[in-house]
Amino acid sequence: MSALKQYLDLYSEHHDILDAHSAEAINSRRCEAFQKLSEMTLPKAGSENYENCDPEGLLAPDYGLNIAKLDIDVNPAASFHCDVPRLSSAPFMVINDTFSCSSESLSRLPEGVEAGSIRQLADENPDLFNQYYGNAASLDNPFVALDTLLVQDGFYLRVRKGVKVEKPLQLVNILQNGMPLMAVRRMLIIIEENAEAKLLVCDHTQNPDIDFLSLETIEIFVKENGEFDLYNLEESTAKTHRISSLYLDQEKYSRVVIDGMTLYNGVTRNEYFCNLNGEEADLRLLGMGIEDESRSVSTYSHISHHVPRCKSDELFKFSVDDSARASFTGRIYVAEGAIKTEAYQSNRNLVGSDTARMESKPELEIYNDDVKCSHGSAIGQLDPMEMFYMRTRGLDEATARLLLKQAFMSDIIDGVRIEGLRDRLHNLVERRFAGASSACASCAGCGMKE
Amino acid sequence: MLKVKDLHAEINGKEILKGINLEVKPGEVHAIMGPNGSGKSTLSMVLAGNPAYTPTGGSVEFYGKDLLAMPPEVRSHEGVFLGFQYPVEIPGVSMVNFMRAAVNAKRAYFNQPPMSATDFLKMMREKRAVVELDNKLASRSVNEGFSGGEKKRNEIFQMAVLEPKLSILDETDSGLDIDALRIVAEGVNKLKTEKNATIVITHYQRLLDYIKPDFVHILYKGKIVMTGGPELALELEERGYDWIKQQIDKED
Repeated sequence: MSALKQYLDLYSEHHDILDAHSAEAINSRRCEAFQKLSEMTLPKAGSENYENCDPEGLLAPDYGLNIAKLDIDVNPAASFHCDVPRLSSAPFMVINDTFSCSSESLSRLPEGVEAGSIRQLADENPDLFNQYYGNAASLDNPFVALDTLLVQDGFYLRVRKGVKVEKPLQLVNILQNGMPLMAVRRMLIIIEENAEAKLLVCDHTQNPDIDFLSLETIEIFVKENGEFDLYNLEESTAKTHRISSLYLDQEKYSRVVIDGMTLYNGVTRNEYFCNLNGEEADLRLLGMGIEDESRSVSTYSHISHHVPRCKSDELFKFSVDDSARASFTGRIYVAEGAIKTEAYQSNRNLVGSDTARMESKPELEIYNDDVKCSHGSAIGQLDPMEMFYMRTRGLDEATARLLLKQAFMSDIIDGVRIEGLRDRLHNLVERRFAGASSACASCAGCGMKE
Repeated sequence: MLKVKDLHAEINGKEILKGINLEVKPGEVHAIMGPNGSGKSTLSMVLAGNPAYTPTGGSVEFYGKDLLAMPPEVRSHEGVFLGFQYPVEIPGVSMVNFMRAAVNAKRAYFNQPPMSATDFLKMMREKRAVVELDNKLASRSVNEGFSGGEKKRNEIFQMAVLEPKLSILDETDSGLDIDALRIVAEGVNKLKTEKNATIVITHYQRLLDYIKPDFVHILYKGKIVMTGGPELALELEERGYDWIKQQIDKED
C-alpha cells in the first residue's frame, strides 16, 4: 500500500476540518492536488533524481497532523532569542505548521515590506495570493502535491517595488511537540521590481526525542532587477525528517543567492528548482551538509536557463563521516536560444570513513552552442600533505583535521552576505566539527545565544 | 643534538635511504647537497615524520630521545622544524589562526596556558619583521595565492615563531630571485644562535654564499658519500656531480 493512501484518506474524511482552519484560496487548491496524488505512484527509493531519498519511507510513518489546530502548549517566543548582529530585531516564527503572530515583529516592519501568515494573506488579499501561489511549484512533484493537499498556513513576505530592506529579516521555523508530529508549511516570497531583501530562515527542533516530519514548499518570485538572499540553516535533531521543495522564478536583471546549510539533521531531502526566465538574471546557489552518525541528506537541484545571457553559479559541499549518507544531483538545463549562458556547477565532498557514502551526479543538458558551462565533482579525503604540513607545525591530527574540515566549508559560508551571520556560521561549523552536540533549543546550543 | 645512525627508509616499497649517518651539534650549520633523486628530500621528510615514508632500519636520536617514535607534532614540540621545498597551500585556514593553533599547541605540550591575544599579536609583528613578511599575508589563507618568494619567507617566519632547536630547510632557495634569496638567508642567519642548528638542503652553492655551512655532505643513492668543509660546495659548483657519481659508481 502506498504511503500516500493515509494522506488521501485523511483528506477524504476530514477535509472540512482542514478547510475550517485555513483560507478559502488555499482550500480551493486541494482538490487538484488530491487528483494528482490519486493518480501518482511515489518514486522508488534511489531512483533517478531521488538518489539517497526514499519518498515512501519518509511519508510512511503515521506522525499525526494537527489539522484542527489544537493548542500546543508552547511559547517559544518567550524563550527564543537570537543575537546574530545586524539582523532586524524580532524574528518571524512558524511553530510547527502555523505562523505565530508576534505583533512586535510585524509592527516594526520597514515601509513597503509585508510579511506574516500566508493564511491571512489568502484571506485578505486573495487576488495577490492567487497570482503567485502554486505558479512556480509543480503539482507533478509528489511533495508539492502533498503539501498543497494538506497545508493550512505558513509564511509570506512581499517587498514592494523599489524598496530596499537594509537589515536582514529572520524567520524561525520551530518544531515542538510532546508526541510525533508532521508539520506541513508553505512559504511565499515576492520581491518586486527593484526591491532588495535578505532573509535568514532557521529551522529548529525543540524536542530531541520526538519524531518529526516537516514538509515544506517554498515559492520565490524575484521581479525585474530585484535582489534577494535566502539563507536556510537547518539545526534540527536526529529524529527530524525534513522535505523541502524550493521553487525560484527570476526575471530579468534579478540577482539571487540561495544558501542551504544543513548543520544538524536527521533525514533531509532538499530540492531546488530554479528558473531563470528573464535575461541577465544572476543566481548563486550554494549549500553544504555536515553529516555524521547515521544522518542523511539528499539534495536535488535543477537550474533552467530559459533565456539568453543569464548566469548561474552552483556550489555544494558535503562532509560525511561514520555511516552518514549524502547525495547531490544537479541538473543544469540550457534551452535552445539561451545564448551567452554562463552556468557553473561544482560539488565537492569529503568522505571520512569506510562506511560513509556520498553520491554525486552532475547533469548538463545544453541545447545551443554559444554558452560557457562547466561542472566538477570530487569525492575524496583530506589531503595527506596538508595534514602533514600542519602536524610539522605542532598541530595534532585531530586539530589539523578539524581545521581542514572547517576550511573545506569556508567558501560556502563566505558566500553569505550578512556579515554577522558569516562569523556566527564559522563558529557554528567549528563547534559542529569539534563534536558539540546539537541541543539547539532556543538556539542556546548553537552559539547564537550567548 | 641529532644522531642519525645507518638510517634506511622507503616509500611505496622503494628503498630511498640506504644507510645515512649524520651527527649535528648545537650551533652547527650542515649543508646537504646532491644530484636529483639522491634522497635529500626523503631525508627531510623522514626526520620530520611524514607518515608516507617508512623508516626500515637504523636510528635517529634527538637529545637522547628516539625521534622516529614520535608523531610529527611531538617532533615539532621537541624542537624539529622542517621548511618545505613546496610549502603547502591550505585554502580556508588563515595564517593567523594557523599560527595561533601552532603556538598554543606547543605551549599545551609544555603545560603552559595559551598565549594572550595581545602577546600573540605582538610576537607575530616581531617575527614578521625577521623576513619582512607583509602584514596582509597574515589574514590570508596559509600560502594560498602567495608568490614563490612569499611562500619561502613564510616558512622562515614560521620557523621564527616556533623557535626550533633544529631547522631542516629543504631547498629553501629554489624558486627565489636574488633579492628574495637574500631576505630568506638573512632571516635564517638572524635566527641562528649557539644553541640551535640548521640543516640546509640545496642543489646549488648559491645559498651557501649567504648561509655559511660548517659541514657539507654529499648525498648520492641514499647515502652520504662525502663530507667536507665549505670548500666542497665550491668544488661541486665548479665540477658538477659527475666526478662524484663516477667515483662512487666505480666503487660499487
